[in-house]
Amino acid sequence: MQTIIYILPELFLSIAIISLLMIGVFVKKSFQLVNLIGIISLIFAIALVINQPDEIVKIFNQSYIIDKLSIVMKVLTLLFCIFVLLSSKEYVKINNIDKIEYPIIILASVLGMILMISSYDLIVFYLGLELQSLCLYILASFKRDDEKSTEAGLKYFVLSALATGILLYGCSLIYGFTGSTNFEVISSNLDRNNTGAVFGIVFIIVGLAFKVSAVPFHMWTPDVYEGSPTSITSFFAIVPKIAALCVFIRFMYVPFSNVVDQWQTIIVFLSIGSMILGAVAAIGQNNIKRLMAYSSIGHMGYALAALSTGTNSGIQNTIIYLIIYLVMNLGAFGCIFMMKRENVFYENINDLSGLSKNHPILSLGFLIILFSLAGVPPLAGFFAKFYVFMTVIESEMYALAIIGLLTTVISAFYYLRIIKIIYFDKPKKPFELNYDWGLKIPLILSSILILIYFIYPSILIDVISQIKIYQ
Amino acid sequence: MIEIGLGHYLTLSAIIFTIGIVGIFLNRKNVIIILMSIELILLSININLVSFSIYLQSLVGQVFTMFILTVAAAEASVGLAIIVIYYKNKSSINVEQISSLKG
Repeated sequence: MQTIIYILPELFLSIAIISLLMIGVFVKKSFQLVNLIGIISLIFAIALVINQPDEIVKIFNQSYIIDKLSIVMKVLTLLFCIFVLLSSKEYVKINNIDKIEYPIIILASVLGMILMISSYDLIVFYLGLELQSLCLYILASFKRDDEKSTEAGLKYFVLSALATGILLYGCSLIYGFTGSTNFEVISSNLDRNNTGAVFGIVFIIVGLAFKVSAVPFHMWTPDVYEGSPTSITSFFAIVPKIAALCVFIRFMYVPFSNVVDQWQTIIVFLSIGSMILGAVAAIGQNNIKRLMAYSSIGHMGYALAALSTGTNSGIQNTIIYLIIYLVMNLGAFGCIFMMKRENVFYENINDLSGLSKNHPILSLGFLIILFSLAGVPPLAGFFAKFYVFMTVIESEMYALAIIGLLTTVISAFYYLRIIKIIYFDKPKKPFELNYDWGLKIPLILSSILILIYFIYPSILIDVISQIKIYQ
Repeated sequence: MIEIGLGHYLTLSAIIFTIGIVGIFLNRKNVIIILMSIELILLSININLVSFSIYLQSLVGQVFTMFILTVAAAEASVGLAIIVIYYKNKSSINVEQISSLKG
């Protein structure tokens, strides 16, 4: 019985999902109700996660871990899921995807992510990953009478199933050559002379790189982001990234901690590739969702750059970068949700032209978010990049730092291009005023947080610096 | 008479795995074939795990295999459902025609 206390958030979420299904079946037209209860149960789950003990606990035959890293990542996942649900409410209603399955499947995928974050064993990790990705396949093709959405779902399904297969092949090799699926036993049985296991590491990194959409496994990102409904795109761009990056950290620093020199080069290569592609390929884009996809590839490159250092400060700076990136992304998608005229949502960058004449406050928010994404001081995006490059330079990986700085400059171009379109192009017909507070609150919150981060950066840093994997 | 050992099983599974991967990329006709290739990949992993499990005298590999079998069934059903709704919209599941999203 003692161990049940530690998995209360997971138990609570699964019971909430089952009861929501029941409510959805027996109450007619219950989308609003299910959505509301879903959000409330996410808030409860956050409270349960925060109440978990401070020390490191390993339960279920050491296959499930609760530590600082998992608590922080779980809170982030649940919190951003709430914001995504809040901000996409109106979009969902207008696009006729307000079915009860929508919040329920999102909750189920969040449950999968939470399992992934806490997993300390290959089997538990695999089950969490599959619960998450099966839900994501359905979400990508959620607008099922729309050709683009179903195509996005089909593409995501094929590529993701392939990546999972490759990852599993890696897991089977690791199991065979180290004799266990437990992360700690793997770590003690793994050394660089164990060729089969090193092969397994490469396969696992391929699968994980697909999940965080790092080059060269990024092909699905632009298509899925463009094709799926914008509410799902904002979910894709924000929530699964947390779990994927957390699992990346866990794999690299716990089971593979003895072979840092083997995986370091691979991660550096992934990081450089993502940074370059994210900067160059976004330049010619006209669809803002596609542009956000390339921007997310680039940003994942920076996060991986900090991760590749193999130190505690590398982990901490990866997480700080991730948090700031998520806040910026939430704001950016909030702005995209605002681009609505007569029940049609616009997605092209040209539709933004002259936005500042009609909507000065919205444009100011967009301006702050885009400057922050580009990394202009003194906004939060600048500090995130600053910490990453400091860690990289401290680990004496100068080439990586130089390439990273160059790609920052290149990627500033396409963010500034949107700002130019907003502020200096000819105004179009104004967008409708939006009275939905569920959308306004995340947008206002994220612009203000980005703007005032530099006053008290220590609040975030103090929390994150408690996360240590090497003791 | 050759004695069949771990190496033979691993080679078999590696060959099936490669067939699965190549099947996904070379196939230009039908999405169903991609689904079959994914199943092949998962089955090759099962062969790998079971042979390792017997070689290492530990049951974990066989438990893992049972999980993979169930999840593969779920995955195939979700995949087929997506293919069905795609077919309803486009009246074709030709791989070469899945190209309305690009840029």
